[in-house]
Amino acid sequence: MLHFSDLLQYTDVFFSGLMTTVELTLLTTILGIALGTSCAATRQYGHPIGQRTVTVYVELIRNTPFIVQLFFIFFGLPSLGLKLSPWQASMIALTINLGAYSTEIIRAGLNSIPKGQIEAAKVLGMTFRQTLTRIIFTPAFEKIYPALTSQCIIVMLGSAVISQISVEDLTYAANLVQSRNFRAFESYLVTAFLYLGLAIALRFIFNQIGKRLFAYREAR
Amino acid sequence: MSLVNLHQVHKYYGDHHVLKGIDLDINAGEVISIIGKSGSGKSTLLRCINGLEEYQQGGITLDGNEVTTEDIQVRRLALSVGMIFQNFNLFPHMTVGENIMLAPTIVLKKSKAEAADIAKAMLEKVGLAEKFDSYPEKLSGGQQQRVAIARALAMSPKVLLCDEITSALDPELVGEVLKVLEQLAKEGMTLILVTHEMNFARDVGSRVVFMHKGKVWEQGDSKTLLSDPQTDELKQFIGAVL
Ligand SMILES: Nc1ncnc2c1ncn2[C@@H]1O[C@H](COP(=O)(O)OP(=O)(O)OP(=O)(O)O)[C@@H](O)[C@H]1O
Ligand SMILES: [Mg+2]
Repeated sequence: MLHFSDLLQYTDVFFSGLMTTVELTLLTTILGIALGTSCAATRQYGHPIGQRTVTVYVELIRNTPFIVQLFFIFFGLPSLGLKLSPWQASMIALTINLGAYSTEIIRAGLNSIPKGQIEAAKVLGMTFRQTLTRIIFTPAFEKIYPALTSQCIIVMLGSAVISQISVEDLTYAANLVQSRNFRAFESYLVTAFLYLGLAIALRFIFNQIGKRLFAYREAR
Repeated sequence: MSLVNLHQVHKYYGDHHVLKGIDLDINAGEVISIIGKSGSGKSTLLRCINGLEEYQQGGITLDGNEVTTEDIQVRRLALSVGMIFQNFNLFPHMTVGENIMLAPTIVLKKSKAEAADIAKAMLEKVGLAEKFDSYPEKLSGGQQQRVAIARALAMSPKVLLCDEITSALDPELVGEVLKVLEQLAKEGMTLILVTHEMNFARDVGSRVVFMHKGKVWEQGDSKTLLSDPQTDELKQFIGAVL
């Protein structure tokens, strides 16, 4: 017999866990994309030293498990004197992780911009910064927008791991509830649906922003 | 004083010696057609004039300013030299109007209203006034190229550099672009064109520069040069394209 009603008294726990996940997701999505954008631009157009630094960062993150990155930041950094709360450590780990993956994605977008576009901006007298923000970014992001959206969702789902350093996120809530009432099936099923809902919501938000950003697509 | 001056310009791509001592003097109001075989260095020459390509020896001045590939210098040059490309290079995410208004607003710091007036006037000039709100993708190649010309004109350049600007067009669309160029030539605009349009070079151009193996092989008044070429290479070239 299933007893979903046994979960009702834990609504608050689930809700607060959900909010923590939402909050971290929104924050790290914004920061991670910002980080990925600057790293991608550096890797594509920057000074050779900057390019190499970005390459090392991206490869380091993409070739190690997220949980190890998280543990390193939370348990490892204090020995260098940097003590972070679980929430802070998670925020940093998630941002760094999304930053690395989105660097690769966004760089593919930058790569897709024909050289002629940049030259056209140059011969019109634009600075490189103006060229980047006015000419390159919009079509570049349009190209890779679906991939970027998926990556942000992957990172959001992957954030379940932060419950391991006792951030009270959605997964933490599920663990807590099932340890109290032993309704593992119900707890995790509800949690799974909440994550699914979050993923759908995140995709929806991305689509709405995309519609604004790439309105010219519709127009032509 | 000449508007564009090249003095013993040498350009290398690695070991590849592409321009081998170019001397060229171009006065305001001239219409120069640069002709020559593929690989003779025509595009490279054009791209050296506005700082898109570096050259290793010699000197180029434009309107008295030394031409270098330094960012600041290239931006200063952009105020007096416009360039039109073979593939138009319109910005796909902007309307025709926005394409033309962008540089006047963010480079020349003109107001939106002023830039819009300029854009409309330039579109009028190339015969596309009604396309102000269209996206480039919706236009034919010929129309796109005319928008590109309008976009360059909006910066009120002293010289326009055109690199085979009709080569990517269907034959029936070439005429409308050449007509715009002819109009500009009549108004006294200095034009430096890399072109394969021999009739245009002869009828509209003032001077033809024949490039061969990285050198200015032969140059002179367009009608004279094309009807009475002196060097065997130019004779051969004219024989091949006509
Ligand atoms: N970016 C580059 N790197 C190396 N070599 C180049 C580069 N651009 C041009 N070249 C070489 O320089 C020479 C001159 O090229 P350029 O493009 O100026 O010729 P062109 O006269 O414009 O020819 P076309 O009629 O085919 O456009 C060619 O041999 C070409 O292979
Ligand atoms: Mg060429």
